[in-house]
Amino acid sequence: MPTVAPLDLEGHVVGVAFLKDTPFFAEASGTIHHLDHGHKTIEAHDGLLSLDHDEASDSLLTGGEDGKVMRISADGSMSLVAEAPRKWISQVAAGPQGAVAYAYGKTTHVRLADGTTKDFPEERTVEGIAFAPKGLRIAVARYNGVSMHWVAIAGQPADLEWKGAHTGITFSPDGRFVVTTMQENALHGWKLDAKAGAEARHMRMTGYPAKVKSLSWSAKGKWLASSGAPAAIVWPFQGKDGPMGKAPLELGTRGNTIVTTVACHPAEDIVAIGYEDGMILAARFADSKEVLLRRPGKGAITAMAWSKNGRQLAFGSAAGDCGVVDLAG
Amino acid sequence: MTETSTQKPIPVTVLTGYLGAGKTTLLNRILSENHGRKYAVIVNEFGEIGIDNDLIVESDEEIYEMNNGCVCCTVRGDLIRVVEGLMRRPGRFDAIIVETTGLADPVPVAQTFFMDDDVRAKTELDAVVALVDAKHLPLRLKDSREAEDQIAFADVVLLNKTDLVTAEELERIEATVRVINPSARIYRTQRSEIDLTKVLDQGAFNLEKALENDPHFLDQDEHDDHACGPDCDHDHHHHDHHDHGHDHHHHHDHGPSPIHDVTVQSISLRGGEMNPDRFFPWIQKITQTDGPNILRLKGIIAFAGDAERYVVQGVHMIIEGDHQRAWKDGEKRETRLVFIGRDLDREKLERTFRACEVQA
Repeated sequence: MPTVAPLDLEGHVVGVAFLKDTPFFAEASGTIHHLDHGHKTIEAHDGLLSLDHDEASDSLLTGGEDGKVMRISADGSMSLVAEAPRKWISQVAAGPQGAVAYAYGKTTHVRLADGTTKDFPEERTVEGIAFAPKGLRIAVARYNGVSMHWVAIAGQPADLEWKGAHTGITFSPDGRFVVTTMQENALHGWKLDAKAGAEARHMRMTGYPAKVKSLSWSAKGKWLASSGAPAAIVWPFQGKDGPMGKAPLELGTRGNTIVTTVACHPAEDIVAIGYEDGMILAARFADSKEVLLRRPGKGAITAMAWSKNGRQLAFGSAAGDCGVVDLAG
Repeated sequence: MTETSTQKPIPVTVLTGYLGAGKTTLLNRILSENHGRKYAVIVNEFGEIGIDNDLIVESDEEIYEMNNGCVCCTVRGDLIRVVEGLMRRPGRFDAIIVETTGLADPVPVAQTFFMDDDVRAKTELDAVVALVDAKHLPLRLKDSREAEDQIAFADVVLLNKTDLVTAEELERIEATVRVINPSARIYRTQRSEIDLTKVLDQGAFNLEKALENDPHFLDQDEHDDHACGPDCDHDHHHHDHHDHGHDHHHHHDHGPSPIHDVTVQSISLRGGEMNPDRFFPWIQKITQTDGPNILRLKGIIAFAGDAERYVVQGVHMIIEGDHQRAWKDGEKRETRLVFIGRDLDREKLERTFRACEVQA
């Protein structure tokens, strides 16, 4: 039977992560809490907007309303990565070889390990950044599509066009697909190994009753789980054409609330599903079997992350009621 | 429901007006006056805001067109993002002010607060306030459509810099503003000096409050659409002694206004009790087909057999309606609607509106 160790914070939780085996909870206020032999806090920002877990170095990257990009290490120490006074750092992303991407306004900045910074301006606001799984390449979500830039090579970006506002972005772990969340209640995907202009290049994933704000790839990238519906909508990506022509799984369907956050298990085909009312379920892809991990709480689930061994799940909410679920009990 | 969703929505005031009309001066007044309220301010440029307020957020105006084939369904993507960020730390402020650039179209700003579910869940558009430079308005109307749109769309108009024009000029300018927007509240100001209770907390988009205290709206037929010059002899504010029932079919509305450079028109409709089975399909159809031409619409509807007043308001193709309150004893049960827009077909509107009336 899973047990929950609660952690009651004051405000909206933007992100959670395990660094080594320590759970970290980042509040919108800029305070980061970690449970390392007791409850400890780090004042990282005056207002925290964005967060990414850099798995290579097992550290957190955060962007703030204070114009700072910070790196937080597992021992709780922090360092300044970059600074742009008075700008809101709305996006951060961790890349290979120590690269860090961050954005405010219409430009993505990529800071390389040697300290040099490259700028990639767009015509419209940068709304999401993702590093490709292979090669030093970024994909930037913006109005009417995605711009793909090689970081080390000067040149024109490859543009993936699709009308509308793209608000977030992710690569499939094998690098064959790029998927964006949109302002309208839909996902859009591109098959990168299809010929440019081919109809099969585009993947439209629609039918959501609300905006999709959370995406998570399953172990080995066979499935993409998403929020924005009364169930977790899980699209199959095993085939060469991705989910086209196939129905998604609908896991953890509930009648009176909506899924706000999803997090796939690091090894099994299982997804943790967080809801608007604070409930968390785990559901298995193979047979849709559900396990209650947490009863409804004070606010919508806004962040979830599994420990590396997949035995613990950290979660945070819009109202600050956080905790760690231990599956072993 | 969850704690976050039961929080009272944060009111949002939108300041529009051409460059130099006095927006920043008004903003500085709002931020510096001792009213005990804290404001988060969204601006296009930090510019000359002289007040030290750490809740001033810079944001590039970014228009999103919605992928539904409707050209007027536009929202402001930057506002969606900034409001989402601000609302994650709600304890810091009591209200939000959005200052737009001089050339900004107020419509996407307003529509953001109706069309985006996340923004709508946490905030509430309070009013659109337009600042007008009394000295330069004629020039502005000549060279831009935005200046006119800003006035047409406003709930409150501050006719500012009145010290720079003569009394006659001022009368003419106010009359022009009134032609563009018969339902706005107009105040004459110098250096944006105004009792802030006339600008903030207006509830202009709140169906319960809207129209309730709207002196001009309530008496459209008397004078609304003709431009009152300084010699105009009717009384703007005390015409309740007239019997409004005298002529339902008479409308003063001018089409394209006789005032030079004004392209916005308003059409006021007044009728008796409505048949809801006809009225609702009618207003839906009108806003669907003519929505792109409608900047604002407001109305009080008397439905046959309904003990309560029904109020409607709309922006382009978005329309909202609800019961507001019981009709008072002795209150005349009549229906009033005003459309502000361009290229509106008055004959069609009047005829089709009339067809929704309950036949005596």
